[in-house]
Amino acid sequence: MVDKVKKIQSGDVRSASRLIRHIEDNVAEARTTMKDIFPLTGHAHVVGLTGPPGAGKSTLVDGLIDSFRKMGRTVGVIAVDPTSPFTGGAILGDRIRMQRHAEDPGVFVRSVATRGALGGLSRAVGDAIHIMDVMGKDVILVETVGTGQQEVDIMHYAHTVLVVLIPGMGDDIQAIKAGILEIASIFVINKAEREGSSKLRRELVTMLNMAPESAFPGGWRPPILKCDNAFEPEGFSQSVSDLALSINEHYEHLVSKSLIGNWSSRKAATEFNEAIRCAVLDPVLNDLMARGELDAMIVKLVKKETDPYTLAEEIASRYLK
Amino acid sequence: MSEHIIRVMVAKPGLDGHDRGARVLARCFRDAGFEVIYTGCHQTPEQIAAAAIQEDVDVVGLSCLSGAHRYLFPAVVEQLRQRGADDIDVVGGGIIPDQDFQFLYDAGLKALFTPGEKLDDIVDWFRKNVKKRD
Repeated sequence: MVDKVKKIQSGDVRSASRLIRHIEDNVAEARTTMKDIFPLTGHAHVVGLTGPPGAGKSTLVDGLIDSFRKMGRTVGVIAVDPTSPFTGGAILGDRIRMQRHAEDPGVFVRSVATRGALGGLSRAVGDAIHIMDVMGKDVILVETVGTGQQEVDIMHYAHTVLVVLIPGMGDDIQAIKAGILEIASIFVINKAEREGSSKLRRELVTMLNMAPESAFPGGWRPPILKCDNAFEPEGFSQSVSDLALSINEHYEHLVSKSLIGNWSSRKAATEFNEAIRCAVLDPVLNDLMARGELDAMIVKLVKKETDPYTLAEEIASRYLK
Repeated sequence: MSEHIIRVMVAKPGLDGHDRGARVLARCFRDAGFEVIYTGCHQTPEQIAAAAIQEDVDVVGLSCLSGAHRYLFPAVVEQLRQRGADDIDVVGGGIIPDQDFQFLYDAGLKALFTPGEKLDDIVDWFRKNVKKRD
């Protein structure tokens, strides 16, 4: 077991990718390895990217990999794509846009499927971050599944959250809704050569102007950066390297204002929450399933012979003594 | 409870840019409940092997319509072997003449699929032959 951890610490990709796989597949031994890994974590700068599908998150990740490598930093990438709710299958296609460093040993790209988790991440993401951290990756980029307005789980895992937007996605009311826009450390207006990018920028500025001071921890007001047409490589890579600098600046801000502590507590609470869920809920469900009781209960529910609240209370009193 | 989901990489090595077949298969694997890592066209054998290891896939499916399968398919097997990942199976598909089959099997390919093959049969092959690794 310790041997496995040593291998991961030395940067061995095979051991690391196999462990991530076992976490995803819910293999019991993998959890034992994670116990040895946990104390060694906490060095990497975790950066999350979220935003609607088609906003260009994977292309930005590709550009950021390049920028961070030029700064001499190693990079881990976790790219999340959706699992089919019907078949359990998934197409993980974000690597297509991340080929520039395909063979660079300083870069480790891993695709994961959501496997039914909500909130834009998969249950394996937290552990995959720890594993890449222990491998010695300096920056870990987490690209969330590109969906809607409530994919905010990333804020619990990432020091720095990039909200990637593109012009022409909606009306003014979008900018005052709760959810994804509130969690940004940095806004990126991608594909900014498109019509409507100045309008989008004005809306974001107005939104930020209306926010109370308490929305900006330590006085960090999320900057709004524009990234131009990815088909003009020079302009794009210039704007991405500005973005990389801004990401570094945000981390320095967290450190200099002693905000890392708050962040760590919030992250620990989230992880603990998730771990309790796995440790308590999964065995109960598995037991009920093994006894064939789960199916019987569902039949009863459909026939309205009982209700979910009563059933849940019965199960809680049976298992939690 | 442990839940092993088959992970397949679908890749197109070499210069050939015709990937409709590869995309149809990717979709078909998705519908069969597999996780499919699709890497797109114009990949070198080195890139494919590196990605297969990072993704910890069970099997790599290569598609080639350009006639370069005799060079490209064995090169991927060899790259995986050199990286200590010969437990990842490699299968191939595309325009492959009958007389090349034995050569490719000898080079380490586990299965070959050519035009006309039923999609269900291909999925069945994966279900029966992709082994769970420790």
